[in-house]
Amino acid sequence: MARTIIHAMRVEFAGRDLVSMRELSRQEIEHILNTAERTEFSGDVLKGRLMCSLFFEPSTRTRLSFETAMKRLGGEVVGFAKPGAASLSKGENLTDTIKTVSCYSDVIVLRHPREGAARLAAEVSDVPVINAGDGSNQHPTQALTDLYTIRREHGRLKVRVAMVGDLKYARTVRSLGQGLAKFGARLLLSSPPGLEMSEELCAELESMGARLEVCTSIEEAVERADVLYVTRIQKERFPDPEEYRKVQGAYRITPELLEIASSRMIVLHPLPRVDEISPEVDHTDRARYFHQVRNSIPVRMAVLSLLLGVV
Amino acid sequence: MERDIRVRKIKDGTVIDHITAGQALNVLRILNLPSSSGATVTVAMNVPSRKAGVKDIVKVEGRELRSEEVDRIALLAPEATINIVRNYRVVEKKKVAIPQMVEGVLGCANPNCITHFEPVKPRFTVESRKPIRLRCHYCERIMCEAEIAKQF
Repeated sequence: MARTIIHAMRVEFAGRDLVSMRELSRQEIEHILNTAERTEFSGDVLKGRLMCSLFFEPSTRTRLSFETAMKRLGGEVVGFAKPGAASLSKGENLTDTIKTVSCYSDVIVLRHPREGAARLAAEVSDVPVINAGDGSNQHPTQALTDLYTIRREHGRLKVRVAMVGDLKYARTVRSLGQGLAKFGARLLLSSPPGLEMSEELCAELESMGARLEVCTSIEEAVERADVLYVTRIQKERFPDPEEYRKVQGAYRITPELLEIASSRMIVLHPLPRVDEISPEVDHTDRARYFHQVRNSIPVRMAVLSLLLGVV
Repeated sequence: MERDIRVRKIKDGTVIDHITAGQALNVLRILNLPSSSGATVTVAMNVPSRKAGVKDIVKVEGRELRSEEVDRIALLAPEATINIVRNYRVVEKKKVAIPQMVEGVLGCANPNCITHFEPVKPRFTVESRKPIRLRCHYCERIMCEAEIAKQF
């Protein structure tokens, strides 16, 4: 289903899927972010269009954000938020579910616990598929939201971003890293033992244009960063619960720790958080994670509008 | 004289030359050899080679390789050459080539990849030929040489 048409200065998204940050060029990312900036746009450009939201894994922000974006543009939403409610519980496979749903919707938003689910869905669907998270692989619209927030705050994307926490399983780290790499960002990596970024991903990010450095302490990451990107340790991705217990609570961002940061440094988090950012940080002028939540709406409005060919 | 014995000609069949040293037994496994048909198979390992230092050679009498089999061999022994022999003469000589896309030959090493749960053929793009590294088209994970060799 996916197709890419890039003219000299024009990027065409109509009818395409959004599965992975790997396949978006720098120019295409900029086009989405620019559209999101304009998309404080109003009106009912998606009136009469139907988004099918299929969430096989729990989600609060992503699902509600997509639904809000669609409704703000005048569109309608159907779908489910629990896999038990789907015919999957009767034994239907994902392939058949997607083929069925693509018969009566204009766009599909899919979250699934298996890596590669969105790619498969895009292949069998007749309508655009947006990946809202596939296992520990990709979460492209979160990455676009993060990039949008960083660009708004710093005015550019060639910045120093400290990635702190679970760099092994977090799909947001993978997707954001790939996005930032295309802009030549410097990534400072800080993670508890056992949750380091894989060599494979490090090599890929460097080949895409990022400069990577491993920090020896969280203080070093905080001190040198323009953006502190904190992630939750994802209990649900650990094959062995004992391994999770070993790293649980391994780091915590507090206002005291942030005192050594540069004056323009901001703190981002894709949320939900557990205990990795203390609530007191919310009251500092560095906290931008709820701005991210707000920014997710224009970004998803832009993605929906572009894929459905109305902007 | 000793060299003559090692590489004695076969009448009909396939000679797989320039196999990466140490991979001959995996090549046999891919070809499902020795099979019940009773074809004579000769394996030479760590044979001195001017190009590669050492190499393995496999000779299969009475069997010509199909293209799907050649592809599989290319994943393990990218420098291998396939010589088809008829009546003691090499009638066809081809160098194996790793295709840009590998399909239907391997499974994804990621146990959580969707290809293990849905009716879909695993597909991989070739990221690097030497050493061989494949990226799953679906879950985007890299499979390294050791993970590929494990499947044969």
